Amino acid sequence: MIETQGLVVRYNGRAAVDGVTLSVAPGEWLGLIGPNGAGKSSLLGAISGTVAHDGVVRIGGRLSSELGRREAARAVAVVPQNPVLPEEMDVIDYVLLGRTPHLGYLAAETDADVAITEAALWDLGIIHLADRPLGSLSGGERQRCVLARALAQEAPVLLLDEPTSALDIGHRQQVLDLVAELRRTRSLAVLAAMHDLTLAAQYADRLALMIEGRITIEGTADEVLTESTISAFSGARVSVMRGPDDQIVVVPRRRG
Amino acid sequence: MTVGYSRRPPVLFLLTIGGVLLVALLAAVMIGPVDLKPSAVLLEIFDHLPLVDVDSGLDARQAAIVWELRLPRAVLGALVGATLAVAGAAYQGVFRNPLADPYLLGVAAGAGLGATIAIVAVGSGSVMVPIAAFGGAVLAVVATYGLGSAGGGRRTGTTLILAGVAVAAFLTAAQTFVQQRHAETIREVYAWILGRLGTTGWGDVALMAPYAATSIVAIFLHRRLLDVLAVGEDEARTLGVRSERVRAAVVIAATLGTAGAVAASGLIGFVGIVVPHTIRLLVGSSYRAIVPMTVLGGAAFLVLADLVARTALSPSEIPIGVVTAFVGGPFFVVILRTSKRGTQ
Repeated sequence: MIETQGLVVRYNGRAAVDGVTLSVAPGEWLGLIGPNGAGKSSLLGAISGTVAHDGVVRIGGRLSSELGRREAARAVAVVPQNPVLPEEMDVIDYVLLGRTPHLGYLAAETDADVAITEAALWDLGIIHLADRPLGSLSGGERQRCVLARALAQEAPVLLLDEPTSALDIGHRQQVLDLVAELRRTRSLAVLAAMHDLTLAAQYADRLALMIEGRITIEGTADEVLTESTISAFSGARVSVMRGPDDQIVVVPRRRG
Repeated sequence: MTVGYSRRPPVLFLLTIGGVLLVALLAAVMIGPVDLKPSAVLLEIFDHLPLVDVDSGLDARQAAIVWELRLPRAVLGALVGATLAVAGAAYQGVFRNPLADPYLLGVAAGAGLGATIAIVAVGSGSVMVPIAAFGGAVLAVVATYGLGSAGGGRRTGTTLILAGVAVAAFLTAAQTFVQQRHAETIREVYAWILGRLGTTGWGDVALMAPYAATSIVAIFLHRRLLDVLAVGEDEARTLGVRSERVRAAVVIAATLGTAGAVAASGLIGFVGIVVPHTIRLLVGSSYRAIVPMTVLGGAAFLVLADLVARTALSPSEIPIGVVTAFVGGPFFVVILRTSKRGTQ
């Protein structure tokens, strides 16, 4: 699980994250929404321990500042917004990188690590791609590789930074369905920065709206996604409507 | 559940390349201007193994040719080739740059300057030449490393490469200046720069062995971490790896090996580029496979290159650096054009 209290990230004196307090329980999905530059990525970086910060971060009840680099990586897996995918690297080798925090500094991978890696490929339905180079894959397949690597990490916390922004609508759904299933079967605590408000409403249990480094509203999609809050943060003209299953749908409106 | 992808490097490739190395070493001790029976050469080598006592039928002079000339030269070639090749692979991984090679960080330029000064001052036969070359190589890398972090405070792959280019240009200019001021030694300097494998028997092997061993073992141990570096510093950190630390360890290991190789054999170019990339085209981009295969491939490549260097125009020798580029260049192009991975 994730807990933060008064989390602050500063770049050159400017607070990109300005006192954020949140918690995500095991098996829960918290969707982080907000405009570009609101500090979502910085917040995720602070929680994963890759961005310097003040305030308290607890992962699984332990202070992140007390976790070693590898320990932190065993606790938190990250799917970055723009992952580096070395074109020549084979899928299996890439996903095997997820085992890194479980191995000693100079240790070689064991058969168990390879088995866990292959299991992650199975779970994401890309086992048939195992010995293909990453450069030969489609966008959706690559995104699955990144997810598979995060799964192979076997961390109880999964941070996703705009995991679907590069995908078309079908592949977005596929990836989010996979995350939804995995967090249920593995009781992952999921914190995901999400652009698409309709999808955020559908998949996350709760939403937190982040503006200028602060979380201004947090709650269910019904509570957070109102026409006034959305236009207040994004300047967009939208209608919040109901879909066939009474789900929230955010529809953009043209001027005039 | 296990589907059989899994463990690298592929055993078949390893055996093949190990076989090539063995054949290369055998050819190197059997072929030369003095005709010796291959079986006698083998017996002579066996005779030197501990607890083995056989009569090879060679006289003292012939035995010395095998044991004091050909074998140490072949072994030195293998050590230098393995070290230069694996150092090249390591630099390419650390800097995520396919053109990186042992000479990138100013190593060659520093060694060249050191050797030139020593040749000008005390002559090319002096023991000071390899020592000065080694010193120059190490100083150049220290300078590159210092400059590489001076700019933004952080040493990234790019700032290091840029610093290396600057240091190399400066030292090459200094070397050319010293060389031009002492026209009488220009031939000796030139011969050294083109590289040659020592013919002083086991002394050179003893000089090179510790550097080769340290460098190869250290890089071999970091092979998995070199794969982690491929995803960049930020993602490496989320996987629990401090890129800076890995990079520093690998660069030090590779540089130490390169400096030792340069001191033992002068500047032999191209090995650090052509061998790792050939291996990469054959087995993919994981350093878990590349590193061990590059060690064997680099050793085999340089032993064969030296064989060509001393037999093609026998009895005169071609500088081995000329052979590595002359043979390696076209060979590499063929591999590049025929490999499946290269054309994908």
